[in-house]
Amino acid sequence: MIPFNFTYCRPSTEKEAADAFAAHESEGKTPLYYAGGSEIITMCRTRSISPGCVIDIKNIPNLNLLSVDGNHLIIGTANTLTKICQSKLFPLLKLACGRIADHTNQCRITLGGNICGSIIYRETVLPLLLSDADITLFGPNGGRSASVESIFRRRLARNQNEMITQVRIPIWALDARHAHIKKTANEKIDYPLISVAALWKGETLRVAFSGLCSYPFRSKEIESVLNDRAKSIEERAQRASELLPEQAYNDSVASSEYRLFVLKNTLEKLLEGWENDSI
Amino acid sequence: MTQYDGKVVISLNVNGEVFEVAVRPADILLDVLREQLGLTAAKPGCLNGDCGACTIVVDGLPAKSCLMLAVEAEGHAIETVEGLGGVAAAQRAFVDGNAFQCGYCTSGFLMVCHSLKAQYPTVPEEYIIEEWLQSNICRCTSYNEIRKAVYMMYE
Repeated sequence: MIPFNFTYCRPSTEKEAADAFAAHESEGKTPLYYAGGSEIITMCRTRSISPGCVIDIKNIPNLNLLSVDGNHLIIGTANTLTKICQSKLFPLLKLACGRIADHTNQCRITLGGNICGSIIYRETVLPLLLSDADITLFGPNGGRSASVESIFRRRLARNQNEMITQVRIPIWALDARHAHIKKTANEKIDYPLISVAALWKGETLRVAFSGLCSYPFRSKEIESVLNDRAKSIEERAQRASELLPEQAYNDSVASSEYRLFVLKNTLEKLLEGWENDSI
Repeated sequence: MTQYDGKVVISLNVNGEVFEVAVRPADILLDVLREQLGLTAAKPGCLNGDCGACTIVVDGLPAKSCLMLAVEAEGHAIETVEGLGGVAAAQRAFVDGNAFQCGYCTSGFLMVCHSLKAQYPTVPEEYIIEEWLQSNICRCTSYNEIRKAVYMMYE
């Protein structure tokens, strides 16, 4: 049971949603955009958050687009992880979506919810960081677009009154060579010890990580080291593990040292797969 | 735009019947099914989306009813174990395969298996069965029997 009341709004356009947000915010109701709802319901139940209004945006048509248009794949952010997997349009994103939570929850969790959620892993961001994707936001002042690389710094830099509506992925990324490796401490379904997403643009390897630090990131410094094929696999993996943007994450699941150990092994496997063409 | 404040009456399509229920926008579907409609097959477990005891089927796909607001279910087709009528292939297979011990998780597993059969009319690959079953927890650890029951469901 959620131990307090809130207003529920179900808009049918982005403008209606943004207007509802502004109206309820002006009444001091601390509104929230809502789609799959799994994290918001859980946090409301424990009173970690107590919104006065939830604005359910998952029925807005533009947020449910999932198609290739010209040079981009457009994915509305209300698409569930299951729908994205079933579409098979972006194989790397399919792999990332298929390892978030469990199958039943994947039928509810939306792309937008995973990107904007409060849980630190946000594993769908990795393929977006690697593929030069753009993201579209809509708020009371209208819409705007930005590259994911420029707007995702530790987390998505958006105003609370903005919803993310679509991501646009250049089509070169859809059939590019790719790999996704997720390591968990115990069960297959768990938060990542580390998740590594890899995408090759031509012969150049790009990598992004989740679970390794307190936020998902892509590191061009690490990529530069990993692409130096004159050096041995072990040297590259070792050097890459020394270039994290902050100390490796340390929690009750795994120490920093253990995460670094897993990282080096995972990078070695990735590079071996690249060398022997098994990826 | 639909907007609900305070208590509202909504229509829910559950097991092919339409019911009118008075709910708060903050009421979760699990509580409404159990407390207002008397459909107690979906069980409260972790209430966190982890255990799967509350699993129902919404528009053909499994959903954890502890993580869905009742107002969100308007206009969607909801199925619970009560709607299977004791004759669904999943139910027969669970009985024939002794795929339960205490039974608390059984409703959730049944709805996952029922949806699996609807989505995959012929036996899917092993990894797909594994993916679907991993959404639910059986603390009596009847996992082997449950997995066998999935295959029996297709016989």
